[in-house]
Amino acid sequence: MTDIFKFITEYREAIFIIILSIFLGIEVISHVPSVLHTPLMSGANAIHGVVIIGAIIVMGHASNVLSMVLGFIAVILGTLNVVGGFVVTDRMLEMFRKKKK
Amino acid sequence: MDTITTLTRPIEFSNYISILEISYILASVLFVLGLKKLSHPDTARSGNLWAAAGMTLAILCTILFHKTKLGDGTYAGIHNIGWILAALVIGSVIGWFAAKKVKMTAMPQMVSMFNGMGGACAALISLMEFPGMQTRFAAESASSMLNGEALAILLGLMIGGVSFAGSMIAFGKLDERIGDIKSPVLRYINLAFLVLLFAFMVFILFKEPVEGENWMIYVMAGLALVYGITFVMPIGGADMPVVISLLNSFTGVAAAMGGFLYSNQAMLTGGILVGSSGTILTILMCKAMNRSLLNVIIGAFGGSAAAGTQSGDKTVKEISLSDAAVLLSYSQKVLVVPGYGLAVAQAQHLCHELENLLGSKGVELKYGIHPVAGRMPGHMNVLLAEADVPYEKLQEMEDANNDLMNTDVVIVVGANDVVNPAAEEDPASPIYGMPVIRVWEAKNTIIMKRSMAKGYAAIENNLFFMPKSRMLFGDAKATLQKLISEIKSI
Repeated sequence: MTDIFKFITEYREAIFIIILSIFLGIEVISHVPSVLHTPLMSGANAIHGVVIIGAIIVMGHASNVLSMVLGFIAVILGTLNVVGGFVVTDRMLEMFRKKKK
Repeated sequence: MDTITTLTRPIEFSNYISILEISYILASVLFVLGLKKLSHPDTARSGNLWAAAGMTLAILCTILFHKTKLGDGTYAGIHNIGWILAALVIGSVIGWFAAKKVKMTAMPQMVSMFNGMGGACAALISLMEFPGMQTRFAAESASSMLNGEALAILLGLMIGGVSFAGSMIAFGKLDERIGDIKSPVLRYINLAFLVLLFAFMVFILFKEPVEGENWMIYVMAGLALVYGITFVMPIGGADMPVVISLLNSFTGVAAAMGGFLYSNQAMLTGGILVGSSGTILTILMCKAMNRSLLNVIIGAFGGSAAAGTQSGDKTVKEISLSDAAVLLSYSQKVLVVPGYGLAVAQAQHLCHELENLLGSKGVELKYGIHPVAGRMPGHMNVLLAEADVPYEKLQEMEDANNDLMNTDVVIVVGANDVVNPAAEEDPASPIYGMPVIRVWEAKNTIIMKRSMAKGYAAIENNLFFMPKSRMLFGDAKATLQKLISEIKSI
């Protein structure tokens, strides 16, 4: 039990951020027209590409060959997620804008 | 580096670290605002750009200002910058071209592919961090690895791995490279793997750390990959977009685990934001199909469960091209109900041509868009927008249904499940309860189909056998082409 309390105290900021972000995510997304489901999913897909920051950090202190190779691959994959995600979303939304005219 | 001691606990401080933290705050704000703007049609595009700007800021500042605390208490900046930049360039070029070149019809699998890349990235981070962490705890002679850091690493690996493998299977299925495997046994195998995965995680957490004993992290990675495959394998048909959305929120959570591990607020907020909004989006999609999430995950959609509706003895009536042309030319209101078949045949441009041609004859043609027409909600709107179909011509399902009694002809192009009366009439049907476009209420229905094959959900469609229905067999593109020239010759 003490372990759990210790855990919560140690990570209290992170736990706060997690809980508030959950509510924020729900609040931001509610009442979306179904037309936008696909672009929204794709945009959210690009945002979780933020994991690339982690890949850069591990790559930044990688010292042996194995972690260099894995880190290199991780950064490439993360970039694919970010760049591909945002570009595909933009392509979809470009079409929505065109038909407004 | 200084330490601020006036707070309850010491925090390392330097100008660089501050700039980095500020950039993360800005990035988080941009993510939230971007996501908010993305949920309104008018601001969606700029929302995407805002989020992208936040991401660029966070990445650049990480490379420039991030410091890692070393074992001896000193700090080191980011090394291997050359390699990192090279990887960034390679990833950007491939990502850019893949995203620009992909056909709009193949977009859902592309999203799934990019999602898998993010999951794999999260899993790789955990794989790389585990050995160092174990060494550190072994040096401190800790009795177990039961702490937040290990939990974040293991959860990141597990969720990221499942998301990667699952997304790849989803990609293969949407690209029609992989078929569905539906078997009730698979459900138990599935559950068994999930239990095994969690049990193994608990085993690692309670294990005494031994330096260099890293085999179990690879076993864990393997288990996560296998579970990802068995998780998505039995799910098929119309449920695929729901699964992609769910895996999308998984990857968000995996990214957040990385944020937890590095106390990195940008990763934490970005990841959790996607995790929770992705879950809500998944539930909204399920609602659009009138199904529960649990039902999607464990229920074998279509296939053997679909009892009832027999076939064979019933006959369909065909309509000739010239009859169809005459019927259309002398109608007042025509509704086109497009489905994925139209997109596959790349016939959306011809639809637009037909619309203009009939328009010149005083026939009003509109499109009835089912929320899940195509492979994803909103997918069909994107495809028709690509063919320059004006926004006002697109009717949402409710509006189309209210108007159907007054519609002379409905043309169903490559759609099947979204116009299936079984959804309203047959409680035994797997799509029972899903809202559909009630095309059978119109005065005439022309169904363009390649063959009598079943739809994506693999269910018999009674619409084809109804008295007002006529079939026009052939490839959607070729048939539309012929129909247009036939109408022109009248």
